[in-house]
Amino acid sequence: MKSIVKQEIIALNGDEAVAYAVKQSDVDVVAAYPITPQTIIVEKFSEYVANGEVQTEFVCTESEHSALTACLAASVTGARTFTASASAGLALMHEMLFVTSGCRAPVVMAIANRALSAPLNIHGDQSDSMAQRDSGWIQMYVESTQEAYDSIIQAFRIAEDLQVLLPVIVGLDGFTLSHSLENVKALPDDIVKKFVGTRQLPLVATHEGKSAPFKLDPENPMTMGPIAFPDYYFEFKRQQEEAMKNALAVIQKVNSEYAEVSGRSYGNGLTDVYCLEDAEVAVVCLGSTAGTIKTVVDELRQEGIKAGLLRIRTFRPLPVEEIRRALENVKAIAVMDKSMSFGGNGGAVFHEVRHVLYDVKAHPYVVNYIYGLGGRDTSPRELRRVYEDLQRILQTQRVKKPIQYLGLRE
Amino acid sequence: MTEEWSARALTTKDIAEKPDLFLSGHRACAGCAPATVMRLIMKATRGPTIVTQATGCMEVVSSIYPYTSWATPWLHTAFENAAANASGIEAALKIMKKKGRIKQEHVDVIALAGDGGTYDIGIQALSGAVERGHDFLFVLYDNEAYMNTGIQRSGGTPLGAATSTSPAGTVMPGKLERKKPIAEIMVAHEMPYVATASPYYWRDLLTKVRKGLEVNGPAFLHVLAPCPRGWRSDPAKSIEYSKLAVESCVFPLWESVNGQCQLSVPSKLIALAPQKKKPVTDYLQGQGRFRHLFTPQNKRLLEEIQRITDERWQRLLKKCQTA
Amino acid sequence: MNSREKSWKEIAPAGVCSKSSSGFLTGDWKTYMPVRDLEKCTHCLLCVLFCPDGAIRWKPEKADIDFDYNYCKGCGICANECPTKAITMKLEQE
Repeated sequence: MKSIVKQEIIALNGDEAVAYAVKQSDVDVVAAYPITPQTIIVEKFSEYVANGEVQTEFVCTESEHSALTACLAASVTGARTFTASASAGLALMHEMLFVTSGCRAPVVMAIANRALSAPLNIHGDQSDSMAQRDSGWIQMYVESTQEAYDSIIQAFRIAEDLQVLLPVIVGLDGFTLSHSLENVKALPDDIVKKFVGTRQLPLVATHEGKSAPFKLDPENPMTMGPIAFPDYYFEFKRQQEEAMKNALAVIQKVNSEYAEVSGRSYGNGLTDVYCLEDAEVAVVCLGSTAGTIKTVVDELRQEGIKAGLLRIRTFRPLPVEEIRRALENVKAIAVMDKSMSFGGNGGAVFHEVRHVLYDVKAHPYVVNYIYGLGGRDTSPRELRRVYEDLQRILQTQRVKKPIQYLGLRE
Repeated sequence: MTEEWSARALTTKDIAEKPDLFLSGHRACAGCAPATVMRLIMKATRGPTIVTQATGCMEVVSSIYPYTSWATPWLHTAFENAAANASGIEAALKIMKKKGRIKQEHVDVIALAGDGGTYDIGIQALSGAVERGHDFLFVLYDNEAYMNTGIQRSGGTPLGAATSTSPAGTVMPGKLERKKPIAEIMVAHEMPYVATASPYYWRDLLTKVRKGLEVNGPAFLHVLAPCPRGWRSDPAKSIEYSKLAVESCVFPLWESVNGQCQLSVPSKLIALAPQKKKPVTDYLQGQGRFRHLFTPQNKRLLEEIQRITDERWQRLLKKCQTA
Repeated sequence: MNSREKSWKEIAPAGVCSKSSSGFLTGDWKTYMPVRDLEKCTHCLLCVLFCPDGAIRWKPEKADIDFDYNYCKGCGICANECPTKAITMKLEQE
């Protein structure tokens, strides 16, 4: 076991922590466009650039679509790239998200999760990245500013792994995390640089019959982003799915390697459990709400109630085994969704957890709570109500309302 | 090692001897002038080059997996972002060179797009990339409609042309809007180099591509590229139409070097001998997309086209006089 | 073509093209083919420059041009642009 390095404690908000992690990760190109609540990431990074603290080409593109495009193009030229966005900006990138994962470019992107219009709302919920869950990007949702810092560094390693080669989104709740100050333990520059390493490129067969590193290089010309007709397209998509599968193991590996250096581990990297071993009632959530729920769980446990929490850290690829193992003995489960899937009979996380548990013999009760949309705050009291609802379900052996809206004025 | 062109005028042999970097076996239509333009542009490269392209005819016909017609590194991502691709590639090359990861002394970046990927959906990325001053050459190969998807009108479609979304019907005689003056829009960006070119005038075109590459900063080249399919013209005449367009002053040849505008030789000859200027009808007739203009009820529109052509020509002459 | 049988495990990721288009012969598209009258040809090489398909090549060892009918689509641009009308388009015989 390697010794944990000495770390500096810096007061940083979520955005600043992200920018700091990027600063240390030897990123070659940052192409970004500002949008609340991610603006501090871009602004902070501009300061680093203006003061010569980073060796990074910083491109202030004229839109998010061009920001992701530029990152993708830079990435396939051989550069390590990063960008950040939220809400409408991420939505504007939609087309390019699919193209980026299709081109197997390991771009890392921080999303300061924010609600989508209309109406316009600048506050935090997870609709923006949840709406992109089919785009082929790895998605991780962090609970704290500290985790935002740690996850960005890990993201470069995960994305660039030759078994993965997929872009990564690190989601941090808008304003709740992006603008909240925490004491962040930061690793020294050289340790981070060593951890992220130099980007390795896979070898591909080119049309000249050569085996060359996958990048745009006049030395070894290759054609990227062709048109693939029905006779080939399907195979490329299957390759991406295989990469997602491989990512499950890689994320765990990177999490434990990082723990050796920093002393911090987030569950096994895919999911994190809290008081779940003997839990009868449990809540599943993504992101910072987990922190609030933990205080509620502590309170309930004091009262003798067997309450627990499962935080899904990696949403894509979906950690099916971890979710199943964590919940298969829990009797009543409430899945929290900070986004909506209109007309879908519940939120996305609810759907996915339910489908993972479908084959479990015990067949627990699984219900859904939509909450926090547009930055609506959720109190510990409201979260406690969720556990009380779960207990009532167990007492009555009946689910009156499978889908509820927490904090909505009915 | 970048290849220098000698001071003497280029000969066809100079060009014919250079290997093609846009390879045969692409699936463009017979008589496709944009394909000729692609070949000529690639002949004008001077050393290590990376090409990036917007979705469109030339992109599709040259990259049907598993086949490629590109002997240079080549990237396509989407329709509206050729210039954003170029920005990313250029930024990567710049920083990687600083960090000692690029062995070449210099790599040219060329962005290629049709009128679809330039006038309309592509204009944002183009304008942004130029404003940021990236070192790249953007070449617009203009066949005057969204040809690849079936001849739909674009901002580059000229007044009166029939397209599938501006058909010549009983009530509306083709496109009612003028061709957007894209090259002038680019000049207004105060960029180092803007030029127009036509494949018939191959020496002018090649020289301008080279000039664009030599500029340290953004350069824009607007090349007229007749499409026999969309223009409903004889495939054998695609290059001839690119000549008639210049001779009738519908598509004059000029360049703007740091804002200083000057006519190119083929158009200068007409400026000096106005009797050589051909009427627009010489250019329009034979093109099926303008056939409806030669009916009595559309006579006014034909006259309008001549009037606008003359107006733009006069405006150009005035601009170039100060050079 | 045996590449059609390649599984997803065998092809390069990200769609990196594996073959040059010079392996795709478009010559069977044509109906008419260019035929050159050597007496009239001045070797101006304009046809070499204007051919959309690069099907006319300058061969320095022969000090002459060569028509590659494997790629020629029979568009007729070469015949139309030839300054001495040395090229005529003839119906391709089987």
